[in-house]
Amino acid sequence: MREKVLPVLSVLGIIVVIWYAAAVWMNSTWVYDQAERAGTTVSFAEMVPQTMAQDRPLLPPPHQVVKELWKGVAGQAVTSKRSLVYHGFVTFRGTMMGFALGIVMGVALAVSIVRFRVMDMSVMPWAIISQTIPIVALAPMILTVSNQLGIDNREVPKAIISAYLSFFPVLVSMVKGLRSPDAMQLDLLRTYNASESETFWKLRLPASMPYFFASLKVAVAAALIGTIVGELPTGAIEGLGARMLIGSQFGEPLIMWAALFASAILAGMLIVLVGTVEQVARRRMGGPA
Amino acid sequence: MIWLGGAILFWLAAWAVNASVAGSAAGRSRAGRVFVPLLFGITVLVLWEGVVRGFGVQPVILPAPSAIWARIVASPEVLWADFVQTVVKGALTGFVMGVGAAFAMAIAIDRVPFLQRGLLPIGNFVAALPIVGLAPILVMWFGFDWQSKAAVVLVMVFFPVLVNLVAGLQASERMQRDLMATWGAGYWQALVKLRLPAAMPFFFNGLKIATTLALIGAIVAEFFGSPIVGMGFRISTEVGRLGLDMVWAEIAVAALAGSVFYGAVSVVERWVTFWHPAQRH
Repeated sequence: MREKVLPVLSVLGIIVVIWYAAAVWMNSTWVYDQAERAGTTVSFAEMVPQTMAQDRPLLPPPHQVVKELWKGVAGQAVTSKRSLVYHGFVTFRGTMMGFALGIVMGVALAVSIVRFRVMDMSVMPWAIISQTIPIVALAPMILTVSNQLGIDNREVPKAIISAYLSFFPVLVSMVKGLRSPDAMQLDLLRTYNASESETFWKLRLPASMPYFFASLKVAVAAALIGTIVGELPTGAIEGLGARMLIGSQFGEPLIMWAALFASAILAGMLIVLVGTVEQVARRRMGGPA
Repeated sequence: MIWLGGAILFWLAAWAVNASVAGSAAGRSRAGRVFVPLLFGITVLVLWEGVVRGFGVQPVILPAPSAIWARIVASPEVLWADFVQTVVKGALTGFVMGVGAAFAMAIAIDRVPFLQRGLLPIGNFVAALPIVGLAPILVMWFGFDWQSKAAVVLVMVFFPVLVNLVAGLQASERMQRDLMATWGAGYWQALVKLRLPAAMPFFFNGLKIATTLALIGAIVAEFFGSPIVGMGFRISTEVGRLGLDMVWAEIAVAALAGSVFYGAVSVVERWVTFWHPAQRH
């Protein structure tokens, strides 16, 4: 533990230092412009503090972002439209729906691909191709179409987009996992006269679990990206993606940065959550803790 | 009705053909491997066409494949201009710069294990973040033209490639490195002749992830502002005008570009890592 914490902290420190330097450098233009307009000159020592506290900085320094983030998280009632907790929850809900849908799709496809050779040959190549299609190209259309079909709920198109991104890692890992039992184990079950479904439930499925959980971590990150992208091009008003869009349209960089960091924190929480579920499941299945 | 019935009949027939081909010895041949998915793809298109015509689905909800094809044939200049703007200028430039930067960074920190230990967890975490969120900020910095799109792609591509390459540079075995040392190989010789080649399978894993991210980044960045050309721009404006056939035409181009891009990386991978067990058949 000790030998990991120190390097990580120092790399983080280096990043913060570079960030401050970049903030001074990028925001200085504005300070100099202001001074020139006012007919005064500013020395370097006067310029630096002014780059730290602008309303619309080109690059806000870390403490400004943290302050805005704190204001959004703790400074509002959680039900307020300005609260990042509220927007984060909307995004979290969308992510979970897409994630669940993606898991169901991925597992169902994997099971049928492992069971039926014809599915393997015909669907698998298209599943791979489907991921090379930039789903974001589909996002605005999924939204209008579901609007015209009378689905007013904005959650549905978001869930579809995020499921599209998250099903693939689950599918690939589950196919690998369901095929992971070796010939010896399959032969053993055959000597027990086990039926195909018994082999599936008692050998293939348990054997696939490590692969399944490994894929969940990738899938949950993908689901979050899908949800945020789904919130972007639509004039959505709720969610972290919508927050970024609002910040962009009104030229409020601080809102954008705060939403960006909120989504990073959300991503971290999701990964920890999935890791915890994995540990609990592994322990209950009698694996090493 | 006849369209719908015909499409369903075609589907059943194609499925029967596929099932029998997949079960027979022909399914294991090279031709069988191409034929089965191809027939499946055609079936989906036929079913799509049949459903759209059979149910009389409005073109503003789902245009038929034939209508989309007609649109592609009718407006090649627009599609080509959008392709050049988004894929060539935005995605490819950013991809090359991002991969180059990640490569340089990986080599730079290679000699400092302390930095690597710190960077790997952070890089892994950042690779899982929704970096597309940086798009509005980068559009603000670099303007509406392709430079900002390339910047978004650069950032998105950087971390997966960096993390994979750093992991790959540690992939050579102790024994192999010792052998290099007994031959008196210096750091750079060992790097070029042993450790970089050994890292290539990891590197290409990162590249493959990066290819899809590159197109996503370039298109998303256009939602935040673009000149009046580009695939993301065309998609969002045509959706507003309910010109869904144009939207699908752009999606078809995007899908083709994405698949070709991925395929090209796979071909280079096979050529570079011919020695790896995954490439031997």
